[in-house]
Amino acid sequence: MFLEKVLTVAFISGVLGAGMRLAMPILFAALGEVFAERSGVLNIGIEGMMLTGAFCGFIGSYLTDSPWIGLVFAILGAGLLSLLHAFLSISLGADQVISGIAINLLALGLITLLNRAIFGLRLIPVSAANFESIAIPGLSEIPILGPFLFSHHALVYIGLILVPIIYIVLFKTTFGLRVSSVGEDPRGAEAVGVNVGRIRYICVAIGGVLAGIGGITLSLANLSLFKESIVSGRGYIAIAIVMFGGWNPVSVLGAALVFGLVDALQLYIQSLGITQLPSQLLISMPYVVTILFLIIRFGSSPPSALSIPYIKEN
Amino acid sequence: MGEGEGDDDIVELNHPPHKGVILFVHDLKELGFGLLSIITALSIVAIIISIAGINPIEAYQALIKGSFGSINGISETFVKATPLIFLGLGITIAFRGGMWNIGGDGQLLLGALGATVIGVYLPSMPPVLHIALSLVGGFIFGALWAAMPGFFKMRRGTNEIVITIMLNYLATFLIAYLVSGPMKDTTQLIPVPQSREIVESAVLPRLIPLTRIHSGFLIALAAVGVVWFILERTVLGYEIKAVGVNTDAARYGGINIFNTGFVVMLLSGGFAGMAGMSEISGVHHYLLDGISPGYGYLAIAVALFGGLNPIGVVFSALFFGALNVGAESMQRAVGVPTATIYLLEGLVVIFVLARHILKRRRRSS
Repeated sequence: MFLEKVLTVAFISGVLGAGMRLAMPILFAALGEVFAERSGVLNIGIEGMMLTGAFCGFIGSYLTDSPWIGLVFAILGAGLLSLLHAFLSISLGADQVISGIAINLLALGLITLLNRAIFGLRLIPVSAANFESIAIPGLSEIPILGPFLFSHHALVYIGLILVPIIYIVLFKTTFGLRVSSVGEDPRGAEAVGVNVGRIRYICVAIGGVLAGIGGITLSLANLSLFKESIVSGRGYIAIAIVMFGGWNPVSVLGAALVFGLVDALQLYIQSLGITQLPSQLLISMPYVVTILFLIIRFGSSPPSALSIPYIKEN
Repeated sequence: MGEGEGDDDIVELNHPPHKGVILFVHDLKELGFGLLSIITALSIVAIIISIAGINPIEAYQALIKGSFGSINGISETFVKATPLIFLGLGITIAFRGGMWNIGGDGQLLLGALGATVIGVYLPSMPPVLHIALSLVGGFIFGALWAAMPGFFKMRRGTNEIVITIMLNYLATFLIAYLVSGPMKDTTQLIPVPQSREIVESAVLPRLIPLTRIHSGFLIALAAVGVVWFILERTVLGYEIKAVGVNTDAARYGGINIFNTGFVVMLLSGGFAGMAGMSEISGVHHYLLDGISPGYGYLAIAVALFGGLNPIGVVFSALFFGALNVGAESMQRAVGVPTATIYLLEGLVVIFVLARHILKRRRRSS
């Protein structure tokens, strides 16, 4: 009975397609966190930066009817917030965990205040122009593979293309080598002339920008609305996925997809309306998977200087 | 735990700032800094409120009137401060011991569950006994919810930050499931998702008639004494602080890092669980969805503003409690959402951090 409903082409391609879309917000945030962490800065604040991106992006699109201008808003909003984390943790050498928590509190308060001030409390949420689905001609017709890979909104394609680009940047360019050297041995890097502070600033900013794109993926692509609980832990989940993916963008994509597919699966099973399965059990599945991700560790170890402030010796 | 020695190598604990941010009433300089950071944060929020098109003076008038303008307001401040004291103590122990316990919310919910189970399903008995049992139940449930992240942190070096946050979500779903399923009160005319009421003997007595101040506040003060005693007067407390200041030195000094770290998490979760107990036995009297509006995160601000010091936590919790009560009347009066308080807290934490760093720099130069 259950299997009959599940083992259909429609169900499987539905789950795969939704899984890809649900993986994207986390993929963007996690790719950004890879930069920050490889340079030695832990950014717990990406939860708040995703929220900021989701809101600013929504406002941008609401005002201009263009989700692409929304994207610019999201990048600016989350990017600015990431500079606050950079200032506290790099320039001041503050504790990165506490700085991140402070930023999450700050973002939640600020965005809630602005959201209520602009839109008020409404029963029916306001909507804005969102990213439309672009089916790739021909390829999207392939059964199962088409819905999984080739009929999505633009941000999915951008996310997938970013993975190899970021891989090359991190592992095949001078900049990438500098990022690693700063994250592994900042003193040694400084000795050979690398500007530790500048590299870390750039990486944290990239992290903020990508978290912002992850946020707008939630509010203007996967959904078409903004609510204050829209992120609900996805920033933290992205941090878990970075650890599980061993700070490597390709493995991070794999981990994000696992997460997205589990999330899609639980949503689809919920829609089957099986009353014996409590909905709360299904909703909790992605969070359980995240905990398993954290507990099951693979060989790779974090950058040696992760979350240790670097203070120049004079 | 002899076999744990090898594993200690992979565990590096955290060393959060605690020296130099202690908000102590007798230290005028620190008190002055505390007041200055609050005033600065309030000014920044005022600017943002006015950008949002709301008169900040009206908003703050409503805030002050709400928290100090009436007996009810003042008593509500104590009601709100009570769980914050318990949670702040839990965070204080964790951070002093080098563990990032961000799971206060989940541990509170589990503590609330423990107290509800003991209050609803055990028969009536002498109140002292029933309340003591509820307290123990809350503590144990909270401690157990923190045990898993503590264990994996100490055994495998698993990052405790994200696990404790994930467990917050799981606790929310668990409580939502229980109050709409197995524990649902079906005797009501229109059944809503909540548990049955705890029996009379499990209810924490009110302290002042016609207000909601309950004896949980006194238990919270007693807990402050207990935590102070543990940290300042026991071997365990010495070990907790030693591990929190420098893991390596503590290890070479012969302290069992695994045991200490694990006990830190149990204690931290246990005190957070007592917050849940006091909310059930003192305020709600039955279990329902949403009894913690983010108290676990708020408590981090409370603990840091209190200088990770048990006595500082009391004043800090009263301050943030008053702020919360005031924020509710601010929302009613001028429509500023209560969540604005988070903005204020974020700013206060940033100032505390900045202060800590400036002090450290001055000392080293």
